[in-house]
Amino acid sequence: MTAVPDIRPRADTRSWYRRNEIAITPWLFLAPGLLFFAFYVIFPIFQSFQVSFYDWDGLGDLTEQGRFIGLDNYRELAGDRNFEISLWNNLKWLLLYLLAIPMGLGIALFLNQTVTGIRLYKSLFFFPFVISQVVVGLVFSWFYLPDVGLLNVMLGWFGLSINILGSPDTATYGIIAAGLWPQTAYCMILYLTGLNAVDPEQIEAARLDGAKGPKMLWYVILPQLKPATFIAFVVTIIGALRSFDLVSIMTNGGPFGSTRVLSFYMFEKALAEFGFRMGYGAAIAVVLFLIMLVFIAYFLWSMWRDERAAR
Amino acid sequence: MRSILTALAATTLMTGAAFADAHALTGDMRIVSDMSNPAPRAVMEGLVEQFGELHPGLNIELEIVDRDGWKGQIRNALTSNPPDVVNWYAANRMGPYVNAGLFEDVSDVWGEIEGLDAVKGALTIDGKQWGVPYTYYNWGLYYREDIFAELGIEEPTTFEQEIANCQVIIDSGRKCYAIGTKFLWTAGGWFDYLNMRTNGFDFHMQLARGEVEWTDDRVRETFANWRKLIDMGAFIDDHQNYSWQEALPFMVNGEATHYLIGNFAVAPMRDAGLTDEQIDFYQFPLIADLPQGEDAPIDTFHIPSGAANKDAAREFLKFVTSAEVQTAINGPEVKEGDEVVKPGLGQLPVNAASAVEDDEFLNQGFEMLTTNATGGIAQFFDRDFPAEMAAAGMEGLQEFMVFPDNLDDILERLEQTRQRVYQQ
Repeated sequence: MTAVPDIRPRADTRSWYRRNEIAITPWLFLAPGLLFFAFYVIFPIFQSFQVSFYDWDGLGDLTEQGRFIGLDNYRELAGDRNFEISLWNNLKWLLLYLLAIPMGLGIALFLNQTVTGIRLYKSLFFFPFVISQVVVGLVFSWFYLPDVGLLNVMLGWFGLSINILGSPDTATYGIIAAGLWPQTAYCMILYLTGLNAVDPEQIEAARLDGAKGPKMLWYVILPQLKPATFIAFVVTIIGALRSFDLVSIMTNGGPFGSTRVLSFYMFEKALAEFGFRMGYGAAIAVVLFLIMLVFIAYFLWSMWRDERAAR
Repeated sequence: MRSILTALAATTLMTGAAFADAHALTGDMRIVSDMSNPAPRAVMEGLVEQFGELHPGLNIELEIVDRDGWKGQIRNALTSNPPDVVNWYAANRMGPYVNAGLFEDVSDVWGEIEGLDAVKGALTIDGKQWGVPYTYYNWGLYYREDIFAELGIEEPTTFEQEIANCQVIIDSGRKCYAIGTKFLWTAGGWFDYLNMRTNGFDFHMQLARGEVEWTDDRVRETFANWRKLIDMGAFIDDHQNYSWQEALPFMVNGEATHYLIGNFAVAPMRDAGLTDEQIDFYQFPLIADLPQGEDAPIDTFHIPSGAANKDAAREFLKFVTSAEVQTAINGPEVKEGDEVVKPGLGQLPVNAASAVEDDEFLNQGFEMLTTNATGGIAQFFDRDFPAEMAAAGMEGLQEFMVFPDNLDDILERLEQTRQRVYQQ
């Protein structure tokens, strides 16, 4: 008698984890990150939404000490002149900060050559990005100082003088110019790495076809730099919306509030020396978040599109 | 540290007896102080050292934080892991923390200390006391005595004389008033004085309590007086770029002759090389014939309601308010060469039984506040006005100093803020 072969599948004796290892492990690795992201980013976002419906001074418990006022904070924002100024300044930052991209590209193209000591020059151009924003702000505010600042000393040779940070018309531009210095360096480094990846064969081919100068740049080099441009665009937009340190250091929001941006105004209303309006500050933060959300959504969408195209 | 020890040895002897019978304090005590400028820092460290000697069983941890930074940090410090003693300010400035129940009621301590009745009101909210004062200082016009002598002008007593003096100063190629308004509050000092002199102390307080409209004609009159000085070019240019410290060199170099500021500015002026023969002081001159009100802000110690060692904290509060300690810490700093041999705040003691140390400016300031401030004592713009009104107000004042033509617009905005702030 021959034994009937056991054709039933052998009971899987491996543990539950072993069986599902491939599905679970990635999530395990992601878990700490997800947890922290949820706790420190997602959760506070919803908290801000909640706080923005209250009149609360930030002391004591929100639901006990705070007073629910619905959309009143937002209504007040709509008629708040300082909020309007901050919003316009944010727009100026957004537009002018983008200058960092072409300037960074220009410097990157200029530095993308083999000359003795080029590494040193590259490092020097990259330097402003390495130092703290606070230091950049201080250096520029000294540079702009009326009478004794380097800028006014040089203008003095032509009989001119200007108090950039002291005048509400020019102060914001002065701060943006200071911000462009490190941001240009950042874009430059992005483009330098991008330029390393440019295919020499395509350049060779373009050359044979007689392309040079601007045409070469526009039709051959730039399309290959698209990933670098994208990243430069992302970091510059986010950088412009996050601008806070420079405003705080260089003018403290002044003169008379003319250089405020949304993030600084939020800080002033909710957290600074005389800021006891958490709800109002949270409402500003929500507005800033929604503006950022537009850009972030666009960035995510375009990354997702690229990834699909690559598949 | 040795120098501080020897300096305070005298007071140790005096106060030692008084505190020897206090019950032995044990455990840990944590003090957060905002006395971060060099002279106050030395004083604070000396105080802790000395208090520690009186209570050897107590383990005191002193944390000194930046004075301006503390204004933003105190909220967190009081709510999460509160220390046992903190520094803060009197009057409206402590209101939010008192109302939120974050400061301990220390009325019992007030029952045991004497000599502080004059300032009791500034630390009272709802009939209870919420902290103790350790120092206060007068404000006034500090000026360059030597330049006055050179130009042949004298301390004025009326606003007309002040303006006439200023014209002489401007004609000599100088500016009259150094000021740095980057951080706004210095402009608050000018408004306080001009308003108290134009409309009187009581009106100023009504404005602070929100009982008067900012667009009131009397307020406009104050600004009209201010404008007289602005239009004649009395203030230094570009003051919106400077902090009060950054504006000091104008006075030190003789490019400006006056500084309307608190007595705390005397120490840096001396450090910058001005001698007592070069600096002098006078009370802000009369505009209308009204009893003079003066700014004399009080700095304070408080116990957070969540403090762990309140017994020790209460002892510390009694210690710093005693007449002997107040005399010792408020005297002028004494230096031999670069070494500080006796730390001191160079300000006025609050305890009526303590002595004002012999110093030209302390004597004048004390004299002025005791005999010539019959209108009343104000705490300063940003302490008398509620936080939000103060912030909007000081910004408007700075704008007015740069663009006086915007006045109507500024007052309109402040009036809007007033209507919202006080209705709550």
